Amino acid sequence: MALYSGTFHENYAQDMAVFPTKLHWGLLIIFLILLFTCPLFFSDRILTILTMIGITIISVHGLNILVGYCGQISMGHAGFMAVGGYTSAILYAKLSFPFWAALPCGALAAGIAGLFFGLPSLKIKGFYLIMATIAAHFIIIWAIIQLYGLTGGADGLSVPRPRIGAIMLGTKTNYFYLVMVLACLATLIAHNIVRTRAGRAFIAIRDNDLAAEVMGISLWSYKLQAFFIGCVFAGVAGALLVHYISFASTDQFPFMDSVWYLGMLIVGGMGSTGGAIFGVVALKLLDELVTVIGPILSAAVAPQAAASVAIMSHGLIIIIFLIFEPRGLYHRWEMIKNYFRLWPFSHQE
Amino acid sequence: MTFFIQLVVTGFAQGMVYALIAIGFVIILKCSEVFNIAQGHFVMIGGYLGYTFLVPLGLPVWASLLAAVVVAVFMGLVIERFTLRPLIGQPVLAVIMMTIALATVLSGLATLIWGAEYKAYHGLLPTIILKVGSISIPSESLIGLIVSVICVTLLMLLFRYTKIGLAMRATAEDLQVVQSLGIKATTVYAVSWIIACIVGVIGGILLGGISGANMVLADIGLKAFAVVLLGGVNSIGGAIFAGIILGMLENVAAGYLDPLLPGGGLAQVFPFIVMIIVLIFKPHGLFGLATIERI
Repeated sequence: MALYSGTFHENYAQDMAVFPTKLHWGLLIIFLILLFTCPLFFSDRILTILTMIGITIISVHGLNILVGYCGQISMGHAGFMAVGGYTSAILYAKLSFPFWAALPCGALAAGIAGLFFGLPSLKIKGFYLIMATIAAHFIIIWAIIQLYGLTGGADGLSVPRPRIGAIMLGTKTNYFYLVMVLACLATLIAHNIVRTRAGRAFIAIRDNDLAAEVMGISLWSYKLQAFFIGCVFAGVAGALLVHYISFASTDQFPFMDSVWYLGMLIVGGMGSTGGAIFGVVALKLLDELVTVIGPILSAAVAPQAAASVAIMSHGLIIIIFLIFEPRGLYHRWEMIKNYFRLWPFSHQE
Repeated sequence: MTFFIQLVVTGFAQGMVYALIAIGFVIILKCSEVFNIAQGHFVMIGGYLGYTFLVPLGLPVWASLLAAVVVAVFMGLVIERFTLRPLIGQPVLAVIMMTIALATVLSGLATLIWGAEYKAYHGLLPTIILKVGSISIPSESLIGLIVSVICVTLLMLLFRYTKIGLAMRATAEDLQVVQSLGIKATTVYAVSWIIACIVGVIGGILLGGISGANMVLADIGLKAFAVVLLGGVNSIGGAIFAGIILGMLENVAAGYLDPLLPGGGLAQVFPFIVMIIVLIFKPHGLFGLATIERI
């Protein structure tokens, strides 16, 4: 990362700081103030979109650690979300756990499912691992439908409105605050996990797992750690999703979601915390755009045009990004920032 | 006993559908190391093309097949040139996401053109109906078997005796060596995509002639990967063998175990359960080649 002209780091702490300058801190505070005053300005519909974006960001951070940093491609992320969501819903609705306990239990359950389905990653990688995780998704969903007595099977499971102590979280505004606090925490945690010893091990495994093993990194331990961490994030997101809708059903966790989470990483830029956020926001806004222009297209072209665009939109955008900007939006954003940081004394390429 | 044999026979038909998809998949994989998730969608497009040529346009069968091959060649060329060629040398995830994106674009286009509806055109194609005692043999299985055997014979001959076949095998082995020897790898890739498209589209027309064209054929594509993995990703013969085995196992397992399970639907996940077991215990499948990695 380029520094502003005239700014110099003089010690290690400055070099490693997440927010290196006062300007960064200022921008962060302004952003947080704007984010948490959103309910004052926006309608319920926009709050719903923002809440869904927040939930997806938590999930995609987990996937980013697993895929973007550790290189273990998982195409079953929605399945792990389902594990977290159902565990939390069952604990809350049937065993009357308090909400603050049900949510972490859901996350833990998703993590354990991730450990189990991460086991093949010790022997296989690349395409084979993708296939194993796809299989994991379908097996999880099938198991949920089979455990009829516990999960309600294909009928779903209704969950009472969440509350912490006396605070009802059922309203859109309160839930928005809960999700945004957790999304900010998840971003902070995800950004810092990859700066630890484990994070550096993940990156070494991603770049060349054989070389990493020769250097003394335990593949067994770190690959499973990556699966556990990634799926814990997925579990939190799944639990938040289920409690938000007050209903758990397998339709909330379709297979294509698992694919589009990877698509979000591609659009945003893999292997950076910012990339995960950029990708989620971009694809979710694309969804909104499609719901707006779909009916217009239907009226203008053919009645089935809306459905067709809804099916194609993500695929098309991913094709465009893979061909023209495979490093994602975040890379482009960094380049623009660097240009202005060095302007007018640019001497870099 | 009749129940068991009926299950096996139905499973055989299902297995042939798997095998048809798996063959196209293996061809592309053998030459270009691309895992084509959209192969099931080629079959779906084939089914719809058969409907368009046979019913609204009213072409004779031979002309329909010819027109479908022309469309398939065009489709293969366009897909290879504009989506896969820019990705040569990119990591495996980028290529797979590209083929998944391609798959959604193909289903989007099918929705736009044919309205995602079930289109039937029974009786227009010659079908073979066999009945042995009280067991009827579904014509899918015979058609599938015939097409697969013809495909495999032709492809085996292609890979063994022609220059392009040799170039394709060499490209699969080592891209850099091939390029330094003056073989155009891009031509090899284009040819492999065209062949895969033709296999998919022809298979789709023949299947569509029996069970009608619909979007479900695309979903089978994902399950066909269990077949590919079981057979070994670079073995065409293995794909067919595994297709038949898996189709039968799936049907027998579902037939006997579904009544015992409350939710049923075992046939939907059975290929995936097999997939996980194969990946854990025999990652290179029954007939695949083990790869040795060096740093």
